[in-house]
Amino acid sequence: MSMDRRKFMRVSGLAALGLAGGASRDLLAQETPPDTTRAPLTGSRWALVVDLRKCMAAGDCTDCSQACHRTHNVPEFDNPKDEIKWIWKESFEHVFEEQEHEFLEEALKHVKTPVLCNHCDNPPCVRVCPTQATWKREQDGIVMMDWHRCIGCRYCVLACPYGSRSFNWRDPRPFIKEIKPDFPTRSRGVVEKCTFCEERLARGLQPSCVEACKERALIFGDLEDPDSEVRRLLKERFTIRRKPGLGTQPEVYYMV
Amino acid sequence: MLEKTLSGDRRYWGWVFVLLAIMGLGFIFYLKQFGYGLGITGLSRDITWGLYIAQFTFLVGVAASAVMVVLPYYLHNYKAFGKITILGEFLAIPAVIMCMTFIFVDMGQPFRILNMFLHPTLNSMMFWDSVALGGYLVLNIIISHHTLTAERKGVPPKTWIKPIIILSIPWAISIHTVTAFLYSGLAARPFWLTAILAPRFLASAFSSGPALLILLCLVLKKLTRFDAGKEPVQKLAVIVTYAMAINIFFILMELFTAIYSDMPHHVSHFEYLFFGLQGDTTLVPFTWVSVILAVISLVMLLVPSVRRSEKTLAIACVAVFASIWIDKGLGMVITGFIPSPLGQVTPYWPTWPEFLISLAIYSFGLLLLTGLYKIALSVRKELPA
Repeated sequence: MSMDRRKFMRVSGLAALGLAGGASRDLLAQETPPDTTRAPLTGSRWALVVDLRKCMAAGDCTDCSQACHRTHNVPEFDNPKDEIKWIWKESFEHVFEEQEHEFLEEALKHVKTPVLCNHCDNPPCVRVCPTQATWKREQDGIVMMDWHRCIGCRYCVLACPYGSRSFNWRDPRPFIKEIKPDFPTRSRGVVEKCTFCEERLARGLQPSCVEACKERALIFGDLEDPDSEVRRLLKERFTIRRKPGLGTQPEVYYMV
Repeated sequence: MLEKTLSGDRRYWGWVFVLLAIMGLGFIFYLKQFGYGLGITGLSRDITWGLYIAQFTFLVGVAASAVMVVLPYYLHNYKAFGKITILGEFLAIPAVIMCMTFIFVDMGQPFRILNMFLHPTLNSMMFWDSVALGGYLVLNIIISHHTLTAERKGVPPKTWIKPIIILSIPWAISIHTVTAFLYSGLAARPFWLTAILAPRFLASAFSSGPALLILLCLVLKKLTRFDAGKEPVQKLAVIVTYAMAINIFFILMELFTAIYSDMPHHVSHFEYLFFGLQGDTTLVPFTWVSVILAVISLVMLLVPSVRRSEKTLAIACVAVFASIWIDKGLGMVITGFIPSPLGQVTPYWPTWPEFLISLAIYSFGLLLLTGLYKIALSVRKELPA
């Protein structure tokens, strides 16, 4: 097998990256230019409330996932085997298996429910990662990902009880419809997932799925702020979380 | 001592060449995988670990099983194992190296693998597994090198080696326990979330490993002047029998808890294994073959006359090894993913590149094993002239 110069550079570059580890990550991390027009959104415990009734009314709408995937350079593969998803819709009976029963409200039974990373308070993915390439950000509880440190062992994918993590089985770049220059693309061989749009929060913007939802079925806010809308909703309405028995303490709540 | 591997008859070089050829083929496919990504395998978003990690899991057992000769020989001074202890240790070394190679080829970013040690993460079982495996490899290299050198010089081993040998005994148990912990601590995967996984791993390791060692002894007897003797082989056969009985007992325990409690999350995985789920019956024939081989081999081993005849013992050992390979090297890992956390069934089957890369790693292991056994037998002048 012949190896041209570019290939050699790529291989040795990867090797150097592996060896340099932590140091290289700071150099390579693509920084978003600071937006001086808005103050960053700050919170100490971000959470998302999903209003399923509103989501139901919109039928097969996929605005949230389209907006998210566009913003974050998520590729679109024809083969489901290679699929990468940050936020997408699944049937209610799959998302809430424990709640499913024979005579479940007809409308609810087939409602497509948005699912994403739950940004758990006690995230099993973080516990298993051998390189701390995924970690829980102390100041606001976002479960973060470092795509330059991840070794691609996929242990976090096993540990996640919600199927929220995707692995780049092949080079994603040729499959990105339109590359957004203000967000990094990923290389093959690393795991990725929703990061609650931490890059947008830093620019004072709401997560892109929240912004894209015309029904206002997604409400994002800080649970530590007693006056926040998410707190008010949780106080007034009945909400459920996915697989509460596992002790992961998800920060995505569903109003049914 | 390494120079002993460089001389041999035509048969030896023929064998080495075949192994090297398979390794070369596998390496070409690895380069393809490296270029394309792990998407070249049958793995998918739902089935994230497959053939590679299953082989790793199975081979950790083979590596750990060396303790079944080391313990009686060094701790109980069971002299009959004197001749084969080195064979056990020399089986463990290639087994661990194969484990490491399987992990390496399974990484999405193999050149970053050192990040595991640059950012050691004490709460990750994967970190501990790499520490346990690396340590076990070093221990076995030190011990086998020292004892064989002493044997060549005709002097008793130095006393400082004894505590290292004793340490290698619990260490062998630890490598397979920590490997089980990789799986059994995940709330997300009910199939593996069972306290009996580590004991089960050990029982299956202590039957499949010594079964392989018996087969290796019989092969060596045929091909070389080495004869392990009747007593050690028979003693190993007894070990295989006990371990296999315990292994089957543990599997039945697992089945009872899952089926009697009838919790859907636990039952569905076994349903997939034995009958198939949502039309996916990929593993069903394998499961039943494994069950039948397990039962047949145990019955054979329990009958003294069958166990004592080397011919029938060999058949029983092949059955044990094959049964446990299917159980651990195929069923155990894949079934944990089916159904997925969202209740979906995604079929998995290894692709040709994945299969050939695995085959090449086994060839690599066999090459190392051949070299090491050649060294051991050359030192003892038990090779044909």
